[in-house]
Amino acid sequence: MTTESDVIVVGAGPAGLSAAVTAAEGGIRVAMIDAAGQPGGQFWRHPDENNLGSFDKDESTGHHHWGRFRDLRSRFRRLVEQGAITYLPGRQVWRAERDGADRVVAHTSVVAGRETFPAADRAIIGRRLIIATGAYDRQLPVPGWTLPGAMAAGGVQALLKANQVSAGRRAIVAGTGPFLMSVAAGLADAGVDVVAVCDINSLARWAATPWRAMQEPGKLLEGAAYARTFVTQRIPFRMRTAVTEIRGTSRVEQVVTQRVDANGSPISGSERVVDVDLVALGWGFTPQLELAVGLGLETRVDVDGSLVAVVDDDQRTSDPVVFAAGETTGIGGAVQSCAEGELAARAVVGELGRSRTSRGSGDARGAISAGGRREDPGVAGTSARLRRRIARGRRFAVGMHLASPVPPGWTNWLRPSTIVCRCEEVTAGEITHTVRDLGADDPRDVRVTARPGMGWCQGRVCGYPLSKLVEAETGCAGDLVPLSKRPIGAPVRLGDIADHA
Amino acid sequence: MSDSLQPSLRFDGREVPFRDGQTVGAALMATGIASWRTTRRGGEPRGLFCGIGVCFDCLVTVDAQRDQRACLVPARDGQDVRTGDPREALPSQPEAAPLSRSQPDPQPASPEEDE
Repeated sequence: MTTESDVIVVGAGPAGLSAAVTAAEGGIRVAMIDAAGQPGGQFWRHPDENNLGSFDKDESTGHHHWGRFRDLRSRFRRLVEQGAITYLPGRQVWRAERDGADRVVAHTSVVAGRETFPAADRAIIGRRLIIATGAYDRQLPVPGWTLPGAMAAGGVQALLKANQVSAGRRAIVAGTGPFLMSVAAGLADAGVDVVAVCDINSLARWAATPWRAMQEPGKLLEGAAYARTFVTQRIPFRMRTAVTEIRGTSRVEQVVTQRVDANGSPISGSERVVDVDLVALGWGFTPQLELAVGLGLETRVDVDGSLVAVVDDDQRTSDPVVFAAGETTGIGGAVQSCAEGELAARAVVGELGRSRTSRGSGDARGAISAGGRREDPGVAGTSARLRRRIARGRRFAVGMHLASPVPPGWTNWLRPSTIVCRCEEVTAGEITHTVRDLGADDPRDVRVTARPGMGWCQGRVCGYPLSKLVEAETGCAGDLVPLSKRPIGAPVRLGDIADHA
Repeated sequence: MSDSLQPSLRFDGREVPFRDGQTVGAALMATGIASWRTTRRGGEPRGLFCGIGVCFDCLVTVDAQRDQRACLVPARDGQDVRTGDPREALPSQPEAAPLSRSQPDPQPASPEEDE
C-alpha cells in the first residue's frame, strides 16, 4: 500500500535525523527514506548495529558528537516502534515531483540487491518534503587518479568507520580543507602509516578571518585533537603542496608531490616522489542536489563554488511545501545540519500540526507570528535560538570556505591523457579539443559533445572539474544547474519505470 | 571468533573471508583485492573510489544481480560475487535478471586478482 505521510524526510544523516525526530515528536506522521541500512548518514556512518560483536573497536570509533547521535538514534528508534515514523532504509529516491493536489511524490527504488517492494509501494506521498540528502567529496582529476588505491577521502573514512577496514598500509592524504586532517587522524589511529597530509592552501588563510574561526569553539577543539594526533603520530602537514601525479601499474605505487605557487600551479623542480599504496583525495564537498534541481527549486552558487538550495529562515525552499536542511543548503558540518533539520521540522509541525486537532496536546496553541507564520509560542523561542545557532555556524563555514578554496592553477597538473570523466573515460585533452576546435562553449555543450558526465554517476564526480576546465578555456563561469540536472536521480531498472507508468 | 566460523563469500570462485556487517567492497579490500571492474574503453582496473555509492566505479555482479555497488552491498556467507562477463549464464540464477540501463560490456572483463 502506498505510504502517505505528513512529511517525507530524505536522508538519515544529522539534518534528516534531527528533522524526522522533531517532526514526529511534534505529532505529525513522518516517512523517512534513507539509502543506508541504518541511520547516521555519512558523518555518523558506523558498523552494522546487528553485528557489532564482529568488530574489534567500538561503534563510536573515530566519531565526533557521538553522544548527540546516540540521543537522536534512540529517539528515532522509539518513534519508529511507535509507528510515528515510517522508516524506509536501503532505498533511494530517484525522482521527487509535485502531484496535482499540492503533495510531493517521492519515487523510490532499492539501493542494493533485488527490489522487494511491489510497484505500488515504491511511491511515497507526503504533504511536505524535507530534503536532507547531504553531500559527497568534491574531486579534481590528477594523472593516475583512476588507479585502484586512489580514493575519495570520504570513502577512505567510510571504510574505516563502517567496516573498520583500512584502504591501504601507507597513505598520503591530499586536497584541501580541515576534513583531510580528520581522515589522516582516522587512518593513523587505525595503524596506517600516513606519510603526509598535503593541503594546496596555507593554514595562514585561516588567520585572515580569525573572528570566523572563533565562532565555533567546538571546531577549534576538534582541530586541537587532530593536532595532537599529528604530533604523536608524527604526520607531516605540508601546506601549499599538491599531489600532481599518481603512479602505478595495476594499483597505486607512488605519488609525486609538488609545491604550488600563489595561483595553485605546481612549481617545477619541487617534485618529490613518495611510495604509497593509498591516496585519499578531497577538495571540499558537493551537496547532493538532484532532488532539489529536479523539483525546479531556486538554487545559488555558494562561497565554495557549490550549487546549493536557496532557503528562507524556516529552511523553506522556493517551493512552499519543500524544505532543505544540512549540506544541501551549503556545506556547514554536522552540528549546523542538526539545527537546520530541527528548524525545518518545527516549521512543518507549525503548519501541519494545527490542522490535526486530534493529535498531541501541543497542537492547539497556535499563534500567527510577525511574518505571518503560525508558530507555537514555545517553538518560536526555540526556532529563534536555532536561527542564531545556524547564523553562527554559517559564519564559521564561510571562513572555512575562504580558507580552503580550489585555486585555479590545478588545471596545470593535467595532461591531455588525464581522465576527467571516470565513467565514460573522457580525457582532459578531449575536453579542451571540444572547446577549442568544436565550438562547445559551456559545460553542458561539452557534455553532450564529448560525453563527460554522461555515464553511471551522471557527472557527480566530474561535474565540478568539468565546469572549471571549461571556464579556464572560455573565461566564462559555466552554469552548474544543467550539470546537476538528473531527471532520474539514481540509476533505476527499466522495469521499475515500466511498473511506474 | 575462530577462523572456521568466519563467514566468507566467493569472489570469482576464490574464498574471501569477512566479518558480519561488512560490505562486499570492504571484504575485498581487507583481503588485498583492490580492483574488480575493468573499464569498457580503456580496459583499466577499477575498485572503490567514492566508497559511498556515488561514483559507481565498484560495480560487481552479486548473486546474479548485475551492476551492484560493492561499497553498499552487505557481504553474506556463501555469496557469489563475480567480475566476469555479465552475459555469462549464472548457475544459481533464480530468475532472469531484470533489464539494466547499461549495455553489456563489448569485451569480456578480465578479473583483476592479486595472487
